[in-house]
Amino acid sequence: MTNPISDIEKSDVILVVGSNTTDTHPVISAAMKRAAKFGGKKLIVIDPRGITLKKYAAIQMAPKPGGDIAWINGMIRIILEEGLEAKAYIAERTEGFDAMADSVASFTPEYVTKITGIPEETLTQAARLFASGEKGSIYYCMGITQHISGTDNVKALANLAMVCGNMGIEGGGVNPLRGQNNVQGACDMGGLPDVYPGYRKVHDETHAQTMESAWGVTGLSRTPGITATEMVDAALKGSLKALYIIGENPLLSEADLTHTEKGFKNLEFLVVQDIFMTETAQTADVVLPALCFAEKEGTFTNTERRVQRVRKAVDGPDGVLADWEIVCEIAKRMGTEMPFDSPEAIFTEIAATTPAFTGLSYTRLEKEGIPWPCPTADHPGTPRLHVGRFAKGKGSFFPLSWTPPAEITDAEYPLVLTTGRLLYHYHTGTMTRKSKGLNERAPECFVEMAGSDAEELGLKDGAMTQITSRRGEINAKVKVSRRMARGTVFIPFHFAEAAANRLTNAKLDPVSKIPEFKVCAIRIQGA
Amino acid sequence: MEKERNITIDGREFRFSEGETILTVAKRNHIDIPTLCHLKGTTPTGACRICVVEVEGARTLMTSCTVPATVGMVVRSESPEVIRSRRMTIELMLTSGRHDDCLVCPSSGNCRLQELAFRYKVKGTTFEDTGVKYPMESVNPFILRDFSKCILCGRCVQACNEVQVNEAIDMGYRGSATKIITKGDVALKDSDCVFCGECVQVCPVAALVPKDARITPRLSEMKEVKTTCSYCGVGCQMNLHVKNNRVWQVTGCEESAPNYGSLCVKGRYGFDFIASDKRLTTPLIKENGTFREASWDEALTLTAKRLKEISDVQSDATGLLTSARITNEENYIAQKFARTVLKTNNVDHCARL
Amino acid sequence: MSKVRMQLMLCGGTGCHATGSKLFQKALDEELVNRGLSEEIKVIETGCNGFCAVGPVMLVQPEGIFYQKLSVDDIPELVEEHFLKGRPVPRLFFQEQKSKEKIPHIDDIPFFSNQVYRAMRNKGAIDPEVIDEYIARDGYFGSAKALNEMSSENIIDEMLTSGLRGRGGAGFPTGLKWKFANSSPGEEKYVLCNADEGDPGAFMDRSILESDPHVVLEGMTIAAKAIGATKGYIYCRTEYQLAIRRLNIAIAQAKEYGLLGENILGSGFNFDVEIYQGAGAFVCGEETALMRSIEGKRGMPRPRPPFPALKGLWDKPTILNNVESFANVPQIILQGGEWYASIGTEKSKGTKVFALSGDINNIGLVEVPMGLPLRTLIYDIGGGIPKKRKFKAVQLGGPSGGCVPEQHLDTVIDYEEIAKVGAIMGSGGAIVMDNRTCMVDMARFFMDFIQDESCGKCTPCREGTRRILEILERICEGKGVESDLKSLEELCEVTSSSALCGLGQTAANPVLSTMRFFMDEYKAHIFDKTCPAKTCQALLKFTVDPEKCKKCGLCFKACPADAITWKKKEVAVIDTDKCVKCMSCYDACAFDAID
Repeated sequence: MTNPISDIEKSDVILVVGSNTTDTHPVISAAMKRAAKFGGKKLIVIDPRGITLKKYAAIQMAPKPGGDIAWINGMIRIILEEGLEAKAYIAERTEGFDAMADSVASFTPEYVTKITGIPEETLTQAARLFASGEKGSIYYCMGITQHISGTDNVKALANLAMVCGNMGIEGGGVNPLRGQNNVQGACDMGGLPDVYPGYRKVHDETHAQTMESAWGVTGLSRTPGITATEMVDAALKGSLKALYIIGENPLLSEADLTHTEKGFKNLEFLVVQDIFMTETAQTADVVLPALCFAEKEGTFTNTERRVQRVRKAVDGPDGVLADWEIVCEIAKRMGTEMPFDSPEAIFTEIAATTPAFTGLSYTRLEKEGIPWPCPTADHPGTPRLHVGRFAKGKGSFFPLSWTPPAEITDAEYPLVLTTGRLLYHYHTGTMTRKSKGLNERAPECFVEMAGSDAEELGLKDGAMTQITSRRGEINAKVKVSRRMARGTVFIPFHFAEAAANRLTNAKLDPVSKIPEFKVCAIRIQGA
Repeated sequence: MEKERNITIDGREFRFSEGETILTVAKRNHIDIPTLCHLKGTTPTGACRICVVEVEGARTLMTSCTVPATVGMVVRSESPEVIRSRRMTIELMLTSGRHDDCLVCPSSGNCRLQELAFRYKVKGTTFEDTGVKYPMESVNPFILRDFSKCILCGRCVQACNEVQVNEAIDMGYRGSATKIITKGDVALKDSDCVFCGECVQVCPVAALVPKDARITPRLSEMKEVKTTCSYCGVGCQMNLHVKNNRVWQVTGCEESAPNYGSLCVKGRYGFDFIASDKRLTTPLIKENGTFREASWDEALTLTAKRLKEISDVQSDATGLLTSARITNEENYIAQKFARTVLKTNNVDHCARL
Repeated sequence: MSKVRMQLMLCGGTGCHATGSKLFQKALDEELVNRGLSEEIKVIETGCNGFCAVGPVMLVQPEGIFYQKLSVDDIPELVEEHFLKGRPVPRLFFQEQKSKEKIPHIDDIPFFSNQVYRAMRNKGAIDPEVIDEYIARDGYFGSAKALNEMSSENIIDEMLTSGLRGRGGAGFPTGLKWKFANSSPGEEKYVLCNADEGDPGAFMDRSILESDPHVVLEGMTIAAKAIGATKGYIYCRTEYQLAIRRLNIAIAQAKEYGLLGENILGSGFNFDVEIYQGAGAFVCGEETALMRSIEGKRGMPRPRPPFPALKGLWDKPTILNNVESFANVPQIILQGGEWYASIGTEKSKGTKVFALSGDINNIGLVEVPMGLPLRTLIYDIGGGIPKKRKFKAVQLGGPSGGCVPEQHLDTVIDYEEIAKVGAIMGSGGAIVMDNRTCMVDMARFFMDFIQDESCGKCTPCREGTRRILEILERICEGKGVESDLKSLEELCEVTSSSALCGLGQTAANPVLSTMRFFMDEYKAHIFDKTCPAKTCQALLKFTVDPEKCKKCGLCFKACPADAITWKKKEVAVIDTDKCVKCMSCYDACAFDAID
């Protein structure tokens, strides 16, 4: 996030898109609801589903899945047409405005309505409301990114924010809500194929040399690696032979599971390190047990870039090691010493080698977390990015066009499937499905659909159905719901026994390599 | 020059700024006016009447949590009349429902009413207990509602409506039949409740406790470890309450960003996986399609050997998926391992999923 | 042209409706048509006349002949004798209790002649559903003057000069309240009318709304101008269907005449009024609870400050006055504050409406000048106590008030004077009790009411009143102990000093006041286990005094439980095991022989 969570209640207008916030980020949703109910702030909520947060919205819109660039460009067009843009801000702090302005010109309200189904009137109201707030903020989640146009979707939101002068101000920003406890940290720490810790490119010679000297090694590869989804293809082709998986469960979380399974079967060696016997671990050659968060020391970095301490509360199962200890042990057995005696020692090295972390230490994090960048030991951390000036100088506008989703409905697969999370479960359910209470609240998979769709299919609420896509099929019970618009159904992806990702399409966004989890074509029949 | 704003509390003069309540000024100056229904971050309701003080010139006692300080106001925070009122209020609370069983009460030692009874030496013997009017509700996995312990302070209602804004509960019925109810007075599990447990955290007595609170250690006898929640990316700060190497309860840290005490159902109640008997405890090696238990040394050595064999031939034939769930330190080590030992940039995790 | 020679002002208040005025009206209309008189004699249904005790009542104008206790059977005689032959029917006149004298003219009836009409100046005189009749009696002249000739400050000054104080009971100066709201910053302000009359035995607001709805609308309009509000609500009990119906008619007519709504009387001033029907919770009469209720929330009071004048409905500056207060406003504006202040006492000006009920002959609605002794209210206007029983006390202010005993009956009607004797002016409920009322039981009754109606929010009101009620019940059941008196006193004092809202703070008043004046009754219950008023059943043991018994057998015949044995010429005997303490024998005995 560019801005801290505490900024939510400081915004005048809050635009939330592609985030079922009350279920996936309940504590953040509370701040949004408070802002709307008690703070006199205006909420604009955009989601294909009638999510709970819409109850608090001044304006709500329900675009058809895959139509995001259309309505965002449409809003920008209205803002420019009515002269509501932040002219001075655009002139002083941004570049590329004209090209962007040209690119939105064709997104007339009529055109947007045709693509998204959003009424022209509503779009206009939303544009005016968003532009009217002195401080406008945007919050988004996987509903924006999990599309083949995910990167463009995010850029479109950035365009919208900059048009209104909302980047780099208190109560503004474009804020992705990170779905997992340390997804921010995993990225920051270089858990990506193309960057070292601190987002320094592996193919950049200067960075590579810096890391070589910092780590005391030579010959670091200058070639960016491949992403998780690409690894599946590489395994299938035989170019990837061994995979070491730590605390991940791709055999439930990846798109197009059947394809993923095939790839994994083709590996020569698979080692999985986890706290439970996951679907992925079951296919491994070696399974290594690890400690969970309550059994070790360390830090997580939250969605607002705040680095926070994790502390050991209990001893883990006898003899079981922390993930870092296991990795170090394997390294040692491969002939490389990684001589750390504690997470704190590792953190000291992180601070020494990662510019944004230089000023951080366990001592400083003892009382409260600190948001990076934190360049010096007396720096208070950076709750807001781009204040006064963008990190790279000027903020860039991008001209964007709309493309339809990779897979569209047809006579054979007439319904749109969108996937997501439930309040009571987390990701692949590795932890939550071991929790008795959470399982009691949400025991099984379901397919949520509009009453009219169910009626047309001759299905009653609670009826067992078979859901089929070009890639696979699962069985789940019908849940008739007013939250769904006709033609779109929703399935949570937490449940291994009815894994939604058997159905999803592994088509990737060309830049972020995120699969299009949010749109695929399916059909449903009684089972 | 700005006029000086002064208020006199218990004979001492204090400065205050516009809009501050008597309670705020008193607290800042270490005058301990007791409160009960007062809940930080919400509109003061003035419901419990514990924080009443004497304000010179006022017709009645005033609740310090609601009355703004004014210039020249003279306040007595522990006058005989104030103490008499507080004692009576505590007495009335102690005798409404059942509060005679501190010995077996899950909140003992962590109970605001108990503390107040001790401070003002009230035993709850003047009136007869009114007993159990509404039966206990336990038909959900997380929260036990014991109405006989409820003193109707309304903190749970404030927490639900003004902090988490789930709007699941409110006060219902009237007079001595008053009860905290959901819409239609149905059980929590059938209501709008999403089991965030904010109400449980703010309940000053034992009216709202974790479902198993009666058979698990009390908060007061447990060690508290502050940590970061391991679910979504909000990074809520939480306390794990530990005894005998087991986490029994989780509460939100009220003084820490970003959540200031709030949690969701997963963070607060989804911790039983830690002690799950399904946890992996021994390394496993697959032979002929089935797993067998192995020693750490065997499993680690085998892993190192296989990875080395493959990466020695073609380093990019290996890959590593690190995790969005493990710590920064571990992610750092994992990618460093991939880049310096496996010598590949094939490192990724499920950031995109 | 109209050739109406006679107007029959038939009371159409809820009281007279209940005693059959609707049937009477229908039959009378038919009779007039049959006799061909319907053109020259008009029947007009008015709002509450006030003299509910003798309903249905009808005033024949222009003569001023007052008929009471009318029934359909009286119609032929009335028409024949009076309306055709001009000979009024004396058997339907009001009869003075003591002198048995029949009084034909309304002005000579003490019930009416001792009253001074200001808030109720149009009661019984106009058809409340016809705006022209209201206008004919200077209606909307006050608002016309306020809107076109006066500034907010002028209006407030006039109100301050009038000395009008809140008629809802607390007596806060109305002009001052308006002044605060006027000086509160804010574009959006509200004028609220409290018509959530909840005291047992009170029906002042209902009667005014039923008889003269326009006066309230006009008063609210003037208030709106004074504080700068454009929207008003009348919060009315949903049970008051007749009042609500007439209010709705009045609002529609006023809008049609341009007296309400946009650009009123061309002044450029806008003001709209909406009726909000309350579900009848007593606590919703408390101003902050009432506002929450209009906001659609549970009616629960919130602490003050902030006061509604600063933060009221939807947190906007708001004034709340009750029906009677608003009803006084138009005439104050039209005739001036000094005119209004010309009657009354030093600190209590003008008049006050009371609803007389209980053990009193002339049950009804009356308006009297401030400064009138209570004795005059009860004996002259109220006609004294029925059946030659003895006056014991009058409860003023309902469950929030106190009782005034015989020894203080010369107290004059004045906010401060009444407070001195432990009661409150209240909204005007005056429940008269004779010597058969047990004061402990009376306190118990009110506490039961309060405990039922407490919103349950604050501890002293919810739990304190529960304990007070418990103790009172125990005392009434003969299980009281000496320490109960001390507990009662302490509970009452803490509840009064520490409860959140006015309802809670005054909840103990009936107990405190009865303990002050009737401690002997409490003591009799606790120590002697007797109820001097013979009300508390558990303490009653009926026996026949053989000295007094005339062996007539009336008690034997009255007993529904076969508990009395009696033979001719023998003293009756009551079997206490069988006795159900129904008091039938006690009432039946003509010789005071049963005790």
